[in-house]
Amino acid sequence: MAGLEVRGLSKSFGVTPILQEISFDVAEGEFCVLLGPSGCGKTTLLRLVAGLEEPSTAAISIGGKRIDQLPPRERDVAFVFQSYALYPHMNVFENLAFSLRLRGFPKEEIQAKVTEAARLLDLEAHLERKPQELSGGQRQRVAPGRAIVRQPKIFLFDEPLSNLDATLRASMRIELARLHRRLHGTILYVTHDQAEAMTLGEKIMVLDEGRLQQMGAPSAIYHKPANTFVARFVGSPQMNFIEGKLDEKGMIFRAGECQIDLSGVLPGHGTEYSGKELTVGIRPEDFHPTGPDGAWVRGEVEIVEDLGSDKFVHIRSGKVKLVARMATDVRLNRGEILCLAAEPNRLHLFYDGKRVNEGL
Amino acid sequence: MRRKVFLLFWSSAIGCFSLLPFLWFVLTSLKTPNEITAIPPKIIPSFYLGFYRSALENYGLLRYVGNSLIVAGATTLFTIAIGALAAYALARFRLSWTRFYLMLLLAVSMFPQIAIAGPVWRILNYLNWLNTYHGVIAAYITLSLPMGIWIMTTFFKELPYEVEEAALVDGCTRLQVLWKVVLPLAAPGLFTAAILIFIHAWNEFFFALLILTNPTLQTLPVGIALFPGEYTMPWGEIAAASTMATLPLVFLTLLFQRRIVRGLSAGAVKG
Repeated sequence: MAGLEVRGLSKSFGVTPILQEISFDVAEGEFCVLLGPSGCGKTTLLRLVAGLEEPSTAAISIGGKRIDQLPPRERDVAFVFQSYALYPHMNVFENLAFSLRLRGFPKEEIQAKVTEAARLLDLEAHLERKPQELSGGQRQRVAPGRAIVRQPKIFLFDEPLSNLDATLRASMRIELARLHRRLHGTILYVTHDQAEAMTLGEKIMVLDEGRLQQMGAPSAIYHKPANTFVARFVGSPQMNFIEGKLDEKGMIFRAGECQIDLSGVLPGHGTEYSGKELTVGIRPEDFHPTGPDGAWVRGEVEIVEDLGSDKFVHIRSGKVKLVARMATDVRLNRGEILCLAAEPNRLHLFYDGKRVNEGL
Repeated sequence: MRRKVFLLFWSSAIGCFSLLPFLWFVLTSLKTPNEITAIPPKIIPSFYLGFYRSALENYGLLRYVGNSLIVAGATTLFTIAIGALAAYALARFRLSWTRFYLMLLLAVSMFPQIAIAGPVWRILNYLNWLNTYHGVIAAYITLSLPMGIWIMTTFFKELPYEVEEAALVDGCTRLQVLWKVVLPLAAPGLFTAAILIFIHAWNEFFFALLILTNPTLQTLPVGIALFPGEYTMPWGEIAAASTMATLPLVFLTLLFQRRIVRGLSAGAVKG
């Protein structure tokens, strides 16, 4: 086990830049999730660490040792592919034992390690089967099994759960978290699924258009998104955005019928942004119904989504469309006028796409 | 229904037309010497096996079979071994000239044989390789490599690359990836290429005639072609020998026809 250190990683295919100046650390034993929409370069980043792509510029070190010039086999990393990439002509035992055999481990040791990994992943009954005779969930377990037996310095996961159906994905997510707690491996895990990122990650890196947008603990990513991209990408349903203008005193934010008192929320009493265009972000769960006096937003109820555990109310106020989460016992009808407000410290204020307030 | 009858009629007509020469020499091989020269020709033979015995005993057919096996077998082995390495590189390495190179291979395989006969003969003569197994095998390898590489490249390209990447990360060198992962997975493709190359080498006549003038080294097609003596035309023996030379190929083809069709049409859809 060892930590991973990446400095100034850039990669372009031809003239198209894929990754630009990425630097980050993954501490020893840390579960780090790379989160981003498809095409943001996160898989390329993983492949660069594994040595399956050559970086344009970079310094990549594992456990303090530079590895960016080494071929994949000498980097001592394990890669779990999205497609699992099991060896179709080998049975489960041979799939698990392959890397150990290549490294010339003695037979008894291979037997012991493979049996241990198979027990951990509940694959003991399937060791003699070929990959095509396994179910999706079983295949999904062989893939990390192949990584575990090697005890590599770093585990690299490339969206390993994306081929599974929703139920299986949820249970595999928990299994992976459990596995990490037992093995304490250093993990770099790529996903576009924010629920996966939030449950698994001790640290999350949000990537978009080849740039690192934000890096931090899941709660920091959620509660203090650094820019509108992260704010929009993390959270379901999405954060509400209201675009408007701050008045000359830097106190009142106005957007159509919405009016929000921002005094005490903005740094330096808002004078820096007075008269400027701002974006206010409010998460659906931070809204609460209120009387007409203290209302920030007044809108007409368009749709009520009752999910049993949650009730999401879609309202329209002028041109602005918003979603608010209500308690399930709140009764609302279409066409009703709803007044909403939120705690000022729950607001997310963005100027030119970047966060400007402290927040919680 | 009418469509079916129509199809059946024409496919059998075309089949019969194509098979007629083959059928004729199979029937001829089973006739007695008198039946062969009979006028009007006798269609149904009396299943006389004397010509088979004569071809084997008097004309040394087994020696030709042995020579053909050695030449076609060695050609197949070497072509697959060399071709697999080339095909893997063409299929997997991102080089700017791979497409051009594949086109070049295809073009080379279409050169008329007569155009290269002279140079091949001169080179083999210079090397003192005329009238040797390795001389004819070397010529055959160069002739069959383009087709072999082309077929294997297509098969390699169809394999999932992630499996190979997994092997690279697991600790394989490129050659180990080829040996431990790609070749086992591409076995059906290699097999198809091997059968096609073997058939090609087994049937080849022109270069064998050019290179092998020593009767003890000659292959089946050349051997059979040289059955006629100055004053004799042993039709019966020629027919019997041709039947024996063709039967292994017929069996091979029937046994593996699906794969052969796939090999020939490889790259037609994807690649």
